[in-house]
Amino acid sequence: MRNLLAASLLFFAAPAMADEDAIKLKPAPGHDTVEQNCAMCHSLDYVRMNSTFMTPQVWNDVVQKMIKAYGAPIEAADAKIITDYLATQYGVPAPAKP
Amino acid sequence: MDVTRRDLLRASSHAALLSLVPAAARAADPPAAIQFDPAQPDGVREIATLEALPGKKPLIKLSYRPPNYETPFSYFDQLWTPNDAFFVRYHLAVIPEVDAQEWRLKIGGEGATTPFELTFDQLNRDFEQVEIAAVCLCSGNRRGLFQPHVPGVQWGQGAIGNAKWKGVRLKDVLAKAGVKKEAVELRLDGADSPPLEKTPDFAKSLPLWKALDDTVLIATSMNGAPLPHWNGYPARIVVPGWTATYWMKHVISLELLTKPLDNYWMKTAYRIPQGKFPVVQRFLGQENDSNAPITEIMVNSIISNLSNGQRVKVGQQVDIRGMAWDGGYGINSVEISTDGGSSWSEANLGDDPGRFSFRPFSFRFQPKNSGKAVIVARASNKIGQTQTAELIPNPAGYHHNVMQRVTLDVGA
Repeated sequence: MRNLLAASLLFFAAPAMADEDAIKLKPAPGHDTVEQNCAMCHSLDYVRMNSTFMTPQVWNDVVQKMIKAYGAPIEAADAKIITDYLATQYGVPAPAKP
Repeated sequence: MDVTRRDLLRASSHAALLSLVPAAARAADPPAAIQFDPAQPDGVREIATLEALPGKKPLIKLSYRPPNYETPFSYFDQLWTPNDAFFVRYHLAVIPEVDAQEWRLKIGGEGATTPFELTFDQLNRDFEQVEIAAVCLCSGNRRGLFQPHVPGVQWGQGAIGNAKWKGVRLKDVLAKAGVKKEAVELRLDGADSPPLEKTPDFAKSLPLWKALDDTVLIATSMNGAPLPHWNGYPARIVVPGWTATYWMKHVISLELLTKPLDNYWMKTAYRIPQGKFPVVQRFLGQENDSNAPITEIMVNSIISNLSNGQRVKVGQQVDIRGMAWDGGYGINSVEISTDGGSSWSEANLGDDPGRFSFRPFSFRFQPKNSGKAVIVARASNKIGQTQTAELIPNPAGYHHNVMQRVTLDVGA
């Protein structure tokens, strides 16, 4: 299937990129790391659509799934920056311990 | 001349398709605004927009890349969901535009005696053509309505559509490859692929008994026109009664396996907890003690002509319309409550184009008192299954078939 797509990939990617430029994430520490890593595979509306309901633990699970299940090449240090940014900007606090 | 790439794309691949869409299928106008469900996450309200992919009407854009677009609910007021309003769902962002003349379908695998390849012309010419009406339903439709929310594409009501699918029986094509007695599953693969080499390619499997079912097709047309690019052109698998995760788009490879497919999309994704859903057709070879692959569609319904907060008057004739569906046992009844579920009356059932199709229902009532009228629809099927009153929680947010409630404002 990869041999089928060389030409069409560019063709499709261009208009998609133009549209998705409208999707902005909040400026905050970690913003650039999130954009550089997450946008390799998907537009950033995925992040905003999944807010605001995830605890830091759930955001961590999502980031780890992207690395372990989907093979995203993200260093551990960057994974922490990404998780912290998402939990702070697009998450909810962990439930208080009883 | 100022021609954008998008214009070229539209002109090259979709003009021909559009002209074949029946006029009746183009009648419904897209809505002016998205009607969100109050339960959807706030983030969805911020990013969802009405936007048209090339060849499509404006749909509810949830994500650009990969493209995930849902059908606005007003389209479900008609039995057949128009091709250009049919929802779009991809897992992975590399989506080639397949040329039917260059397309090949490979049929083989360890469980096949005589592997072979088909061109598009051979597929259409060498096997009997059949047509079946069936609902195509994303497993995660209404995930956005889950409380508490679960991560994933936050679908509202519209990751579903009903169409007449035409093509050839999968079992006829497999018979030509010779199914060995050791074969247990059929692996399905499409032309789309991930942007990263390490991401698992989207491939699925069906248990052999299901792949050999009379109703399962390699479809090349929907509603009398070629499949739209975004719905799997030139050919996709259609598994009536099962959720769309098995309906492989742009299918290019069928592999008869002698052992269960071991990949992310079978072993980890699209799993439901054991024992929580009333499933008759199970995929036993892929089950474990705690969970199982999603299979059949649960009995369900949608109210298609009323929305929350809509104003009506005391004494006015109010029509309630909608669609009901299930996993292929057939809809037995749809009941309507106009008082939030305290009392119920039977709705009229409309055309019955087949057990896998939408079944329209309608009900007329006259509000007697001003205030709120809470309309609830409850579908049941012919094997006695009914929509659930309470959400059945599951980690990935599948099988939302909670009875829908629409609150009307009744004025004096």
